[in-house]
Amino acid sequence: MIIAERPSRLRAFTKAFFRSPTATIALCVFVAMSLAAIFAPLIAPQNPYDLRSVSILDNLLPPGEASFGGMTYWLGTDGQGRDMLSAMLYGLRISLIVGLASGVIALAFGTLVGLVAAFRGGWVDSVLMRIVDLQLSLPTILVALILLVILGRGIDKIIVALVVVQWAYFARTVRGVALVENARDYVDAARGLRLPPLRILFFHILPNCLPTLLVVATIQMAQAISLEATLSFLGLGLPPTRPSLGLLIANGFDYLQSGRWWISVLPGLVLLVLVVSINVVGDRLREVLNPHLRG
Amino acid sequence: MAEFILRRILQALLVLFVMTVLVFFGIHVIGNPVDLFASSECTKACLDEIMVNLGLDRPVWQQYLIFLGNLAEGDLGRSFTHGVPAMSLIWERFPATLELAVAALVIALVIGLPLGFYAGLRPDSWISKAIMGLSMIGFSVPIFWIGLIMILTFSVKLGWLPAIGRGDLVTVFGVRVSFLTVDGLRHLAMPAFTLSLLMMSMVIRLTRAGLREVMTSDYIRFARANGVPEYRVLGWHAMKNLLIPIVTVLGMEFGGVIAFAVVTESIFSWPGVGKMLIDAISVLDRPLIVAYLIFVVTMFVLLNLVIDILYSLLDPRVRLGAGAV
Repeated sequence: MIIAERPSRLRAFTKAFFRSPTATIALCVFVAMSLAAIFAPLIAPQNPYDLRSVSILDNLLPPGEASFGGMTYWLGTDGQGRDMLSAMLYGLRISLIVGLASGVIALAFGTLVGLVAAFRGGWVDSVLMRIVDLQLSLPTILVALILLVILGRGIDKIIVALVVVQWAYFARTVRGVALVENARDYVDAARGLRLPPLRILFFHILPNCLPTLLVVATIQMAQAISLEATLSFLGLGLPPTRPSLGLLIANGFDYLQSGRWWISVLPGLVLLVLVVSINVVGDRLREVLNPHLRG
Repeated sequence: MAEFILRRILQALLVLFVMTVLVFFGIHVIGNPVDLFASSECTKACLDEIMVNLGLDRPVWQQYLIFLGNLAEGDLGRSFTHGVPAMSLIWERFPATLELAVAALVIALVIGLPLGFYAGLRPDSWISKAIMGLSMIGFSVPIFWIGLIMILTFSVKLGWLPAIGRGDLVTVFGVRVSFLTVDGLRHLAMPAFTLSLLMMSMVIRLTRAGLREVMTSDYIRFARANGVPEYRVLGWHAMKNLLIPIVTVLGMEFGGVIAFAVVTESIFSWPGVGKMLIDAISVLDRPLIVAYLIFVVTMFVLLNLVIDILYSLLDPRVRLGAGAV
């Protein structure tokens, strides 16, 4: 990480980031939600996947109602008698895992493609960029739909679909930045020293692409979580046994017409807060890291 | 010029060809449609008969060639569940989707342009900040959840608007539309608004950014110095330059809106092609799934082709720089 090697720049960056109160709050919210998701098994009142701890007698209780066994469901229960708070904590976990895993894989793959395209140039570059153009010209939801129809349901399958719709953004971004960096003096200097090309690529050019990548990765993660929720809502993403936030919302949809709002509104609120906070952080990162604004 | 257009058309055809291969062979991996038709008493012989009837006894590559041949004649096979040609189902359902998408486009412009103008003219007021915050939510929140909240508020709690269906239809030039009846409009309101949110956020952002750039330019200053009234400066001179990026982006996004209508239509049970696709997926109606995908991809490729060609006609830099981008 180039940022870590230059503490003064890192400090300037953090200071600039936290100058915005909105972004600071958003980051805190995101960290808090991530922690809640990581420690869900410890803090959730109930294990929603364990059928023994779920009682069908407690189904469709509104928030604040007490159960048969005396336990209070602060956020109500769903159609199977699951505690909504616990289901949401576990759902948040799955949404974050899917968003993060697909983001990291897409980032790695897209970065590799982008670097190769920028560094090799010529026909390799044109072929790769044609594929990227093609990918980006099709709406993400359509590509994801096609893939999931073919692949079927499952956490690994939705991650594959999300990687396919995301990698092209990373590839294009990295290629753009790498082309600019490639023409800079320090790369010429490194070439003059006869450093191996791969070393120049990964230790000189790549670190300078990281700030831009960080911005794209943040925004892509929000998009991925949102898209996963949408696909799960349509019944195409995750299996019903391990509901993500989107699937929880979908399950609640059937009860919405009868006025039992909490089953789909509450997970939706969690999703909303999650995605908006990631986006606010991403926006702030862009402002802080954008060279035009940095001056 | 002709060379550019020709190359672009060839490229579009190549994309279409690749998509037919992907879609056709991809769909063949999933499920066995024979099970859909076979009753429980069905013996080996009757299973074979169904296979032959559906043309599934031939090797896959032969099925693909037959599929391509039929495709060239505009025939995408018969729907397994409806028993009628898949294309006729799509043409029957498509006007509903198109109406929804156009209504969403209109809503996005009617609400988005004024809000973007306000935010661009008074960037520091708290109302502008609220507008920009809302546009951020429009970008990031999954629209299906907004749809749910609207159903909860306007149908379940307040009872103002119907939550499902298209309402009363009127036939105009042989196409049945909702927006000309009061009942149809009430049905159209929520789905169209939900679908418009993404475009609306885009319009707000583009208008604001464009306006802030345009307002500092010389031609606006000269117009003001010449005593041109403010409403004319904004509504005519600034607007002309603002609309270029907005029209471009919306034109490119429109295909995406049709694809995204899948979500909106499922929530509001709007009887368009998107709802049909989700239903087809749930029963593994292969020809219908393939037909929908080919249809939407074709539409998308054509839309991009037209935009590219129009662009190259308007802006010579595009065609000179083509290929080198």
